[in-house]
Amino acid sequence: MAQPLPSMLREIGKKQINRAPSPLLAMSVPWLLVMLGSLSPTWPVIASAPVMPPLGFLLLVAWQQLRPGLFPVWAGLPLGLFDDLYSGQPMGSAVVLWSAAMLGLDFIELRFPWRGFVLNWLEASGFIAAYLILSLQIANLGGGSTQLTAILPQVLLAILTYPIAGRLVGLADRFRLIKIRAV
Amino acid sequence: MAAPNNRRPGYSRRAQYGNFFGYIAAFVGIGVGALLLVFSINNSSAFSSLRGAANDVAAPAGEAAAGGRTTGQGLWATIAGYFTHGARVARLEREVAEARVRLAEQSALKEENARLKALVGLTEGDLKPVTITRLIGSTSTSTRRFALLGVGGNQGVRPGMAVRSPLGLVGRVVETGSSSARVLLITDSESSIPVRRASDGIQAYANGLGDGTLQIRLAVTGINPLKKGDAIVTTGSGGIYRPGEAVGVVVALTPDGAIARPLSDPALTEFVSVEPLFEAPEAPAPEAK
Repeated sequence: MAQPLPSMLREIGKKQINRAPSPLLAMSVPWLLVMLGSLSPTWPVIASAPVMPPLGFLLLVAWQQLRPGLFPVWAGLPLGLFDDLYSGQPMGSAVVLWSAAMLGLDFIELRFPWRGFVLNWLEASGFIAAYLILSLQIANLGGGSTQLTAILPQVLLAILTYPIAGRLVGLADRFRLIKIRAV
Repeated sequence: MAAPNNRRPGYSRRAQYGNFFGYIAAFVGIGVGALLLVFSINNSSAFSSLRGAANDVAAPAGEAAAGGRTTGQGLWATIAGYFTHGARVARLEREVAEARVRLAEQSALKEENARLKALVGLTEGDLKPVTITRLIGSTSTSTRRFALLGVGGNQGVRPGMAVRSPLGLVGRVVETGSSSARVLLITDSESSIPVRRASDGIQAYANGLGDGTLQIRLAVTGINPLKKGDAIVTTGSGGIYRPGEAVGVVVALTPDGAIARPLSDPALTEFVSVEPLFEAPEAPAPEAK
């Protein structure tokens, strides 16, 4: 789902031939983008029901599908910890689920390396639905008692949002590989 | 695209070990997360200082954005207003006529109230809120319903304080950082408020359902006396919320009570006030640890 950059941005990397991507940018953009997604609870949406897609998780899955192996398999631990600080879930919920998702995505990547858009979307849909349902169970263990039906709109919305998250990741991927460092 | 085959990095021992320990670390991550979960579920305030600090960092951005939210909603309301203008004017005129009658009735009641209060020697203490602020965010992805406030311990906000909007009850403060606080909304499934029907006083509990509505469970079951449109207010028992605060309106009936919609939709609330503790407890409240 790599997305062509706007022409202005594309020109930045084409000016000179003796240029290479900046390692700092190339390494930090994926982590920062996922963390930015985790910060979505501080965005100006005050919801009285769970409706927003879990953006941090969507972006993590999208990165993992676009660039398998870019994140180390243990990336679920630090990124999940950061997500837990803001998500309102019991602490540790995203650490467990994101770590498990990273291993699951890695496994599928090795078994079925060639996938098209539809198959990618299906795979991500499975992960998103499982993630949201397990998050609900964990939140209920931690004191809540929400019915499963309350999150169905959120699951649907998250699955429909996933291709947009994928596009965003594609854009960020082109951005992080812009050749700006002189060699 | 197909993965670069990370599992077999070649003859380099260093790369092989790095790979192997990466997978070990991933499983350790699951274990660490499970341990954290056990801690946090058994003791919900275990990581409150960490969360408070994290929210303190994110609060300024949220505050800046909260202003934009109000403006944005105003814009949509303006556009929507063009399409419903005629019908609304007619309805509002009718309502104004009805309200004039009500107003007359109210003023009579007010006089009577003042007379009765003087009789029993009650004084009407004007409640001064601790602070008035904006809700700057909410856990909109999780099924738990928390909101963030842009004020915290430095402004005198303490866990247990009630948060209300001009329309009604919003929730109560559960955790505070130095400049941010976390509010348990009344629609959270852990929130349970002792309430009564405003018109008579039938006792019930309002439990959040997590999907933006409240389940009203009657204290005495049997014949369900609730009707659609009944207003629900707090009783004040339990000592967290003041008596007589508006909570919600019944929208549907269930066999053992009703479903109510909260009056103060947090999404439409611009400003909320943090009220001082209703009954200053002798010992600190359990969540104030």
